[in-house]
Amino acid sequence: MLRLEKRPVPSRFWLWGTPVLAVMLTMIAGGLMFAALGKNPVVAIRTIFWDPLFGEFAWYFRGQLLVKAAPLILIAVGLSLGFRAGIWNIGAEGQYIMGAIFGAAVGLAFYPADLWIVFPLMVVAGAFGGWLWAMIPAILRTRFRTNEILVSLLLVYVAQQILASMALDALRNPEGGGFPGSRNFGSYPAAANEEIIAGTGMHWGVVAAFIAVIAAHVLMQRHILGFQIRLAGQAPRAARFAGVNPSRLVVLCMGLSGGLAGLAGLFEVTGPAGQITIDFASGYGFTAIIVAFLGRLEPVGILLAGLLMALTYIGGENAATNLGLPSAAIQAFQGMLLFFLLAVDLLTNFRVRVGRLA
Amino acid sequence: MEIFGGINPAILIASLMVAAVPIMLAAIGELVVEKAGVLNLGVEGMMIMGAVCGFAAAVETGSPAMGFVGGALAGAALSAVFALLTQVFMANQVATGLALTLFGLGLSSLVGQGYVGIKPPSTGDVPFGPLAEIPAVGTILFRHDPMVYVSILIVAAVWAVLRFTRTGLVLRAVGENHDAAHALGYKVQRVRLLAILFGGAMAGLGGAYISLVRVPQWTDGITAGAGWIALAIVVFAGWKPWRVLWGAYLFGGIAVLQLNLQAAGARIPAEYLSMSPYLITILVLVIMSSDRSRAALSAPAALGKNFHASR
Repeated sequence: MLRLEKRPVPSRFWLWGTPVLAVMLTMIAGGLMFAALGKNPVVAIRTIFWDPLFGEFAWYFRGQLLVKAAPLILIAVGLSLGFRAGIWNIGAEGQYIMGAIFGAAVGLAFYPADLWIVFPLMVVAGAFGGWLWAMIPAILRTRFRTNEILVSLLLVYVAQQILASMALDALRNPEGGGFPGSRNFGSYPAAANEEIIAGTGMHWGVVAAFIAVIAAHVLMQRHILGFQIRLAGQAPRAARFAGVNPSRLVVLCMGLSGGLAGLAGLFEVTGPAGQITIDFASGYGFTAIIVAFLGRLEPVGILLAGLLMALTYIGGENAATNLGLPSAAIQAFQGMLLFFLLAVDLLTNFRVRVGRLA
Repeated sequence: MEIFGGINPAILIASLMVAAVPIMLAAIGELVVEKAGVLNLGVEGMMIMGAVCGFAAAVETGSPAMGFVGGALAGAALSAVFALLTQVFMANQVATGLALTLFGLGLSSLVGQGYVGIKPPSTGDVPFGPLAEIPAVGTILFRHDPMVYVSILIVAAVWAVLRFTRTGLVLRAVGENHDAAHALGYKVQRVRLLAILFGGAMAGLGGAYISLVRVPQWTDGITAGAGWIALAIVVFAGWKPWRVLWGAYLFGGIAVLQLNLQAAGARIPAEYLSMSPYLITILVLVIMSSDRSRAALSAPAALGKNFHASR
């Protein structure tokens, strides 16, 4: 008979052992899923996890790794702050879209002026757009106690409709021959987010992601706000006695995560995506939730988790072209990873004992 | 009588009853889950798995009835994963529910690959004979497929069970105070497991209704947030079964009205009409939760908290 015994303090070993275990279990279960789809599981796993890093075309894939990881890390770092405090912003996808729209709109308003100030202004506008979109659930929660999970998520669908409207109407390229979609930032150098070092995939979004990781690390470890966030998440009552203002924390955490998601959207639309289109939103805002948990809500962990998740994206594309593996399989694979992570997390907080209670 | 440029009110009401079925089923299932003290945010994922598996089952067997059974089973199967993680592995309910939705969205588009562009076997209307010929009333009440009536019966059954039976009392006790229920000798985890499975089956059934009747076809992301609206309706209903019915009709009405306005070529751009159900859901949530006394009284006290028997 197996029995669970609550640990007095979470296990330090399993705190970092569980993500590794979860990844291994996901590879096994994913292999079974690929086998069920009629693919050789070993080849499929190798195509996803090994070939992009060490295979024949690794020089191309390695650059892509940073391109995919940057938005995931940027969003996940923001989300992790709120998640730690028990504030569930799960509408990052919407904030990502709004950041892209705000930033792109500012850039397009300046077209074709070739000024150095254009791109910095767009960055500010992008962060502002995401922040603004996150403020809706934040204010509704602090003012009316409305559940921020539902509001932030429902706003994703609203943002997607606004995106469609922008691509078809307000931001449409006047010289695009009537096709939906904005001007391409690739042909407007003052507003483009180009690679800083050619061929590495290193663009301004990657720089921002690294800065965010370091800033969040310092915030959580060294700043009073980081302490308050952790306190509010672990002992809400104690936090209130200690003078932590819960409303202020909600506004701060939601605002930070929204702003970072907006930045991710801005860097994506000016760089890898290139323009506002109807299908610009690619689900980074949702995958970032997995990244945040996989990284144990710690900035450095999120950095590693973001790179791993980026690898599954790239490897998934690789497997799609080489093995004909459906691209949806990767999404299911990522969801599975979160399942295993949540399941094995038990080991962190509980001891598994054999035998009955003495 | 014609309003809104050629929309017949009788047909509008009849179609809002159809539009309400998926969210009504999913919401009544989630209501039972939340009454047992569990917050399952995976409704969207269970619905879309129900939609694709129900569609596949109906196409393969040629029977819509088997499709609905398949959808309910798929929803229940996915909810079993949620139950395992939250009740056995003590995982955080919010995170697990999100995982369920993300996984469901991915898996459904994987399962549904071979079913894009196929028409499902059609679900016939219940033959009410001469009743269906009554002007207006016949159109509104007696020309629907069986699931419209089944969904209302399920709401009535949930209301009766929660209110009048011992089972309902135990379920509510577990949701209000799991420590007290445990001390009385009730199996907290078992009650919650069964509630979660019921909620999953209802969400799956609602999803199958979308792909088999409401749309009817399979496309990726077909549920388009219906699961999240269902979650909002449970809050809107103040955890009361009959109010779920009215809530679902209200949102069904909004969905139908905005589609009709789009079709009638209203001045408002289609994108802004399409976002209206989500905006109105948020508005209703704000109104419901701003009333401090009511919101605090009606939510099950142990909602979202995991239970671990220490002895």
